[in-house]
Amino acid sequence: MAGQTLYDKLWNSHLVKQRDDGSALIYIDRHVIHEVTSPQAFEGLRLAGRAPWRLDTNIATPDHNISTDKTERDAGVAGMSDEVSRIQVQTLDDNCDLYGIKEFKINEMGQGIVHVMGPELGATMPGMTVVCGDSHTATHGALACLAHGIGTSEVEHVLATQCLVAKKMKNMRVTVNGTLGAGVTPKDVVLAIIGKIGTAGGNGHAIEFAGSVFRDMSIEGRMTVCNMAIEAGARVGMVAVDQKTIDYCEGRQFVPKGEMFEQAVAYWNTLTSDADAVFDTEVELVAEDIAPQVTWGTSPEMVSAVTASVPTLDEQPSEEKRKGLERALEYMGLEGGQAIESIKVDRVFIGSCTNSRIEDMRAAAAIAKGRKVAGSVKQVLIVPGSQMVKAQAEAEGLDKIFIEAGMDWREPGCSMCLAMNADKLGAGEHCASTSNRNFEGRQGNGGRTHLMSPAMAAAAAVAGHIVDVRSFTEVV
Amino acid sequence: MKAFTAHRGLVGPMDRANVDTDMIIPKQFLKSIKRSGFGPNLFDELRYLDEGQPGADCSNRPLNPDFPLNFPRYQGASILLARKNFGCGSSREHAPWAIEDYGFNAIIAPSYADIFYNNCFKNGLLPVILSEEQVDILFAELEANEGYQLSIDLHAQTVTTDSGHLFAFEIDEFRKECLLQGLDDIGLTLQEADAIKQYEDARAAQHPWVFGAIK
Ligand code: SF4
Repeated sequence: MAGQTLYDKLWNSHLVKQRDDGSALIYIDRHVIHEVTSPQAFEGLRLAGRAPWRLDTNIATPDHNISTDKTERDAGVAGMSDEVSRIQVQTLDDNCDLYGIKEFKINEMGQGIVHVMGPELGATMPGMTVVCGDSHTATHGALACLAHGIGTSEVEHVLATQCLVAKKMKNMRVTVNGTLGAGVTPKDVVLAIIGKIGTAGGNGHAIEFAGSVFRDMSIEGRMTVCNMAIEAGARVGMVAVDQKTIDYCEGRQFVPKGEMFEQAVAYWNTLTSDADAVFDTEVELVAEDIAPQVTWGTSPEMVSAVTASVPTLDEQPSEEKRKGLERALEYMGLEGGQAIESIKVDRVFIGSCTNSRIEDMRAAAAIAKGRKVAGSVKQVLIVPGSQMVKAQAEAEGLDKIFIEAGMDWREPGCSMCLAMNADKLGAGEHCASTSNRNFEGRQGNGGRTHLMSPAMAAAAAVAGHIVDVRSFTEVV
Repeated sequence: MKAFTAHRGLVGPMDRANVDTDMIIPKQFLKSIKRSGFGPNLFDELRYLDEGQPGADCSNRPLNPDFPLNFPRYQGASILLARKNFGCGSSREHAPWAIEDYGFNAIIAPSYADIFYNNCFKNGLLPVILSEEQVDILFAELEANEGYQLSIDLHAQTVTTDSGHLFAFEIDEFRKECLLQGLDDIGLTLQEADAIKQYEDARAAQHPWVFGAIK
């Protein structure tokens, strides 16, 4: 019998029941809850007269639509200026209080973007199944978890039963071997992967990221990569356990200590794909081929090296591709053949669950240090992913570097990743953004998003246009 | 949940690939704590010329005359004909809620994003998968015939056209049963409560660190 993949192991160890029709009941270890996709689930629970199955599995925090402005945040939930948003956050508080679910409230230490706070508190650990009503839940897979996003009906299903009805996915392995060049970051690696396989390339698959590039990568970098598995069409992204995984977990708030930690580690060390495991789909990239990446279009697969040009209509292999490109160029206000570096930016956003951890803040600060935001740039938002990231960045003096450069240092939340709060683009504005989606209107009606790494976004802020971060002297 | 057995109805087009959930229902509408009322904001940015606000009345907003679903011939459509990778992007169930609330009972496309596909079933909305060639044929017929209708039979797993095409589609046995009978998933799963409890006890004994830490 062939060996098991990491995904096979995680799946098998959570199988409550396999049904004849191919569906299965899967046990959920950790459920992360936020204000936007949970109110209807709690409501459904109440209407059916049901109670949560288990309380110590849930962890909640508001993140999607809270303000990142210090003055407004200091006023708490009651001071939220958008009434509809205020009701939503208040509803989360009320539901958590009513049922006794652990919530890190709006300004409490621990609050943050769901996918930043879960791992950093040790609420997500290797070997767990982790779900959340948000598609970027795949982020937690960096810790060798089986983690994926769910809809609101499933939020209710997990609350009520601690299980999900699921069907096993196929196994895909994306291997990147070699050594990344200077200035090439985890974000560039995942954008290059999406550029290669497309936004539907991973549909129906769980992706394991393997190869020396991911072994050499920090856990935070692995989170950036797993985070965007969904942009490659896969609900699940994972990296196997190694010593870095264990070191990352040790000492975190909800991680066991002493003997129980040793017991957990012994199990965690088994969470790798067997050498003879067979994957349904294999994809390979070479690290040395990857340059800093920038999206120029309206889908994450519309991505190129920063040194390239926007594709032209006559290069397109099919009519469908040509139509898609034409529409994207029109929306983005770009010409085919135009150099990527010639694209001017109006705003810059450094944040989101893709790139708002402390390493991301450091990478951006390294470029911002001693420089000023270009006069043509209207706003540079730096939004730490959590209260803990914010505190750490401030302890390191990064906030001062950003402020001196003319950037805005904000309170933690999702912010301009999805623009549900006041942080948004105006129509026609170009944004250098470290978030994960460049869909039409994602960052504001008519806004034009260019996805890139934190260092590249900081460089664009300083230059006033998209620029190859490798031309900055710090990058060696 | 509402059951789906068979449906015959007017078809409306969404002729582009990779329609994402931000396009289906823009984020400002996700602030609602309700499950209903999203229909008027389906495809909001494409459908109207001004910017939609949650809670605002849509009946007097300027419609985009170039957006096909606004054409008089597609009014009352209950089957949405779409292109590949429909529903990609976020996990927001507000997307199927909006599609259903608008009046659609089924979608036909060559492929869907996984989470969106799954979310449809929870809301009595049938996402049919046909091949790209079959979808091309339907788009061509739709274009050519005003008042174009299709018949979908979930039992038989077929889509039939008045011109005589009969296209079979695949669907999971479990999902099909739930839709046909309008079953409540949670109620079904709770019938397995003993198995869940048993699994849980074994897991707590084996991996005790997964339990108890968060309170
Ligand atoms: S930062 Fe963006 S992608 Fe991440 S959880 Fe928030 S809204 Fe979702």
